[in-house]
Amino acid sequence: MRKIFLLLNLLLPLTAFAQEDLMKLVSDSNEVFVRTATFKATRIINGHSVETVGKNNMDFIISHRFDRINRGFEEFFGLDAATNRLGLEYGLNDRFMVGLGRSSFQKTFDYFAKYKLIRQTTGSGSTPISVTLFGGYAIRSQKTTPQLSGYDRSSYTAQFLIARKFSEAFSLQLSPTLIHRNRADVFTDNKTVIATGIGGRMKLTKRTSINGEYNYVLPNQIDDNYNNNLSFSFDLETGGHVFQLLFTNSFGMTERQFVTETDGSWGSGDIHFGFNISRTFSFEKKSRLKP
Amino acid sequence: MKHYLILPAFILIFNFASAQNKLYSSNKSEFSFFSKAPLEDIEAKNTRANSIINLSNGEIVVRIPISQFQFNNKLMQQHFNENYMESEKYPYASFKGRIIEELDWSKPGVYSVNANGTLNIHGVDQYRKLSGKLTVGEKSMLLETMFEVILIDHKIDIPKLVFKKIAEKIEVKANISYAPYLK
Repeated sequence: MRKIFLLLNLLLPLTAFAQEDLMKLVSDSNEVFVRTATFKATRIINGHSVETVGKNNMDFIISHRFDRINRGFEEFFGLDAATNRLGLEYGLNDRFMVGLGRSSFQKTFDYFAKYKLIRQTTGSGSTPISVTLFGGYAIRSQKTTPQLSGYDRSSYTAQFLIARKFSEAFSLQLSPTLIHRNRADVFTDNKTVIATGIGGRMKLTKRTSINGEYNYVLPNQIDDNYNNNLSFSFDLETGGHVFQLLFTNSFGMTERQFVTETDGSWGSGDIHFGFNISRTFSFEKKSRLKP
Repeated sequence: MKHYLILPAFILIFNFASAQNKLYSSNKSEFSFFSKAPLEDIEAKNTRANSIINLSNGEIVVRIPISQFQFNNKLMQQHFNENYMESEKYPYASFKGRIIEELDWSKPGVYSVNANGTLNIHGVDQYRKLSGKLTVGEKSMLLETMFEVILIDHKIDIPKLVFKKIAEKIEVKANISYAPYLK
């Protein structure tokens, strides 16, 4: 008996630490990491996604919406005419960004700010969703008769963007939306319209995804001739660019235009082909990396 | 009979305690890489890696969370995670090895060290010999190392379209400082 114990005593130090145990020791189980890339771009298609531009990064976005496909061969399925929007977006830090854009449709200028309030995390005690706040202002500058005041041409948008990245491939977003127009085009319309967007993306490969977006306007607020906005896109990302090739029933690209004033209907073929191209530039100083 | 048990229990506790004393864990670390590219240089830094060295047998482990590499260009960071490293599938890179040299850890000084072991990146194991410089101080150590990662060896695909932008070999630099392990 005594001999066995003595033998055990000799063996004990040898077994003290195997390498796997060391690996376990360095694996901090309380590690919490922010889950990134819920969507590839700052837009799902027309509407904003929870993503913001990174710190000192600038996105230049060129968007086109061609005319309706049901214009037929004569108009080359809508490709003869197009509206565009040029946009610049800048990240002040990794949570807060500002942006502005100019659309040829109704010669609209838009300005907005976005703030990542809550970020989805992985790990123990993780946050299940991301929440981003969005506030925007847009003004039409197109001349009309009679000429409306600047006040009457203005509109405001507030959104809660709530998203969850369910898996590497699948993300879903809900976007409760409030839009206020100082003067609605149809005078029986509500000036303040409540809507909710729902959008998602499904990755096909590492660089491509299919996105869908639907903006539902709660009933009895706007004229029956307006339709809810529905869009689908195919996203392709190459190096510094993200290309979104899309189909939508809306001509306009600001919230007021596509949420409350979409007059096209998918059923009758009022579908616009279009694309968004975004290019990211970094202005972050090199010294941030070098000690 | 009972007293026979006291000695082994003592030795067990003592051994465990001394093994603990011989562990050094990282309290600060920095991994970085830089790659010259025609359009925009690719560089990133990661300060979230953990490491432990066991002085009694020279064993060393390092664990690096891939998603914590910070790039200046956030789109580049997204590509790094989603396209090249697939960090949701392979969240960590690791090294498990043993320092070959028999060092006198109690003597402060600067030693060149080599470690044999397994480098796991992108889920692919590679048996490697890594070398570095170890500065041993009183109750602290600093490990500086530099090693190359050949992308093909770890099955990291670079699409032909962006081939010119990304080197096939990436040089990784690491500085890890250690202090006695406490827990």
